[in-house]
Amino acid sequence: MVESRDLGTSPDEVQFRFRDDEPVDHGTVTVDSCCDQTNATAVRIEPGDDARLLLPFLDRLALVEVNFPSFTDGRGYSAARILREADYTGELRAVGDVLIDQLSHMRRCGFDSFAPDKRLDEGDAARAFATWDNVYQRATDTRRTIADKRHEA
Amino acid sequence: MYQYDSYDQAMVDARVEEFRDQARRRMEGRLSEDQFKPLRLMNGLYLQLHAYMLRVAIPYGTLNARQMEALADIAEKYDRGYGHFTTRQNIQYNWIKLEDAADALADLAKVEMHAIQTSGNCIRNISADHFAGAAADEVTDPRPYAELLRQWSSFHPEFTYLPRKFKFCVIASAKDRAAMRLHDIGIRIVQNAAGETGAQFYVGGGMGRTPMIAPLVRDFVPIDQLITYAEACLRVYNRYGRRDNKFKARIKILVHELGAAECTRQVEEEFAHLLSVGVEPPREELARIAEYFAPPTFRHPSESWDLEQLQNKAAGDPSLRWDDGFGLWVRRNTHPHRTQGYVSAVISLKPVGGIPGDATADQMRIVAKLAREYSFDELRVMHTQNLLLPHVRIADLPVIWAALDAAGLAAPNMDTIEDIIACPGLDYCSLANARSIPLAQRISERFAQTGRTEVVGELKLKISGCINACGHHHAGHIGILGVDRKGTENYQLSLGGSEAEDVSLAKITGPGFDEDGVIAAVETVTDVYLDARADGERFIDTYRRIGMEPFKEALYG
Repeated sequence: MVESRDLGTSPDEVQFRFRDDEPVDHGTVTVDSCCDQTNATAVRIEPGDDARLLLPFLDRLALVEVNFPSFTDGRGYSAARILREADYTGELRAVGDVLIDQLSHMRRCGFDSFAPDKRLDEGDAARAFATWDNVYQRATDTRRTIADKRHEA
Repeated sequence: MYQYDSYDQAMVDARVEEFRDQARRRMEGRLSEDQFKPLRLMNGLYLQLHAYMLRVAIPYGTLNARQMEALADIAEKYDRGYGHFTTRQNIQYNWIKLEDAADALADLAKVEMHAIQTSGNCIRNISADHFAGAAADEVTDPRPYAELLRQWSSFHPEFTYLPRKFKFCVIASAKDRAAMRLHDIGIRIVQNAAGETGAQFYVGGGMGRTPMIAPLVRDFVPIDQLITYAEACLRVYNRYGRRDNKFKARIKILVHELGAAECTRQVEEEFAHLLSVGVEPPREELARIAEYFAPPTFRHPSESWDLEQLQNKAAGDPSLRWDDGFGLWVRRNTHPHRTQGYVSAVISLKPVGGIPGDATADQMRIVAKLAREYSFDELRVMHTQNLLLPHVRIADLPVIWAALDAAGLAAPNMDTIEDIIACPGLDYCSLANARSIPLAQRISERFAQTGRTEVVGELKLKISGCINACGHHHAGHIGILGVDRKGTENYQLSLGGSEAEDVSLAKITGPGFDEDGVIAAVETVTDVYLDARADGERFIDTYRRIGMEPFKEALYG
């Protein structure tokens, strides 16, 4: 796995993490490589990749990085939800052009770690993660929606 | 109509504070313009030719008097005393300062309004039949479904960075008064043979530079799976919509390239998966929303008149001018209501020679007052850039007309050639190639002067100042598209479009015209129609019967 060091982010680059387990520091491979190899435990999804190709391998994966080369390309949000909907419980890391104003949505789609290209202001980020007390729609997080709360017994 | 509860209010308030924070970071230079742009766009703030433009959402075109008055206040406080009602049933202010934007949004929030997702590559304001809840022919009021979609689509975490903007429309009658099949997703609420309510999904329509009529993708989605089906459509689009070319990024291109059958297959597969995940709101939520749209308490028919009684009473009152004043307005600008003794009354924002869709703050206040006194505190914005009093007692029409007439709001021209849809064009818009507004003004003046408006009858003229087609020219019985030809404004004429249930796309007649030339060409086209029309035929009927050739012959022959 020669390519691995160049491909993924290291734990040092992770600025925000919402998990208690030790971050894995394994080689990260492409989706294609992951499907070909039987031992890869970390994979990186690019915007054009089909996240569903990974579904047969979720048991052995400890880290999935989803790359956002540009914050305006929202395909990674769907990739994240698809993995979580398939009960992937490993680390799901948003990497690349990850900015303050996308953090709360990413969190809702199941990302639990963030390795932005450029480090973000801690105060702005804390505010962003806490922006929404309530949410309208069901997503990957298990938050009760506004509609759920309205109709609680 | 719908009212916010504490949750809805908190969401909008939080959004205002979030935007204040974003604007602050922009002004401190911590957000680049590139980074700030999609954020301000998602709060309705565009940068236009001369200033910022703020687009305020009016969900499914419904608002009350207090909200209309707040729009008037904003026009005076932050703009130049007027606003512009749009084909998306929204209002736009053209002269907003960036430093005032958060305050304007806060003022809106006080009356349960916002500018959320009125721009940007996200799910936009949901539009609906402007006669919803009033039309005699609807299966049910479509607005509860539109409100359910509004809540679902607000701040949707997965669908905020779509390939391109995304527009929903909801109707609930066989007649289409909202250009439903020219939306990214058009939904028609229907009842099946068993009496169950469901939704037809038309996916992949749109105007713009590549106009497409949406094909039917599913003819009956059970109503308690509405949101799940919408989510499936959006997920397929978010994953596979083109992102390599902005001009090919709308869902219509994906549907066209995949074909409707393959598109349906992919959506159905995602739908089956999402049903197992469970994303639908609880069933009781739709019932809760629907309660807000319960019909108002109409008076007994004996307390109103029918239209014949109205005519008998009004014809004896010379101040009402039955033949060319009040009566003309009643005949042109009222629409059948589901309740006996009532009509819906269209308030034209198309005075002869005026700017289509513009209203002054004072006019907004007059309309608000009329709504409060005579229409159960309810108003609508129509996609034709007019306003509407949805529930008016026929016996109240004379006093309403008199008030509108005094305010310059009683033009009796709904669906006539004076009722022109026009985009802001080169007078405001940074994308435009040509001016739309002056052309609309001159055409309506011309037809009013020659007295031909009434003779011609229903004729929908739509003008866009560039190929983005905000003026819906593809869907006009007559469409005009402004283009730039070697530095001069040139206008292409097209015929035969319709946004209604007989939806069709207009075809270009031939070489374009200059401004004077296109006005003359529109007159020529109506000459051909008047010569050829059979009894009771509208312009569009005659065009469909005789085809393009006679028109071409008259224009270029």
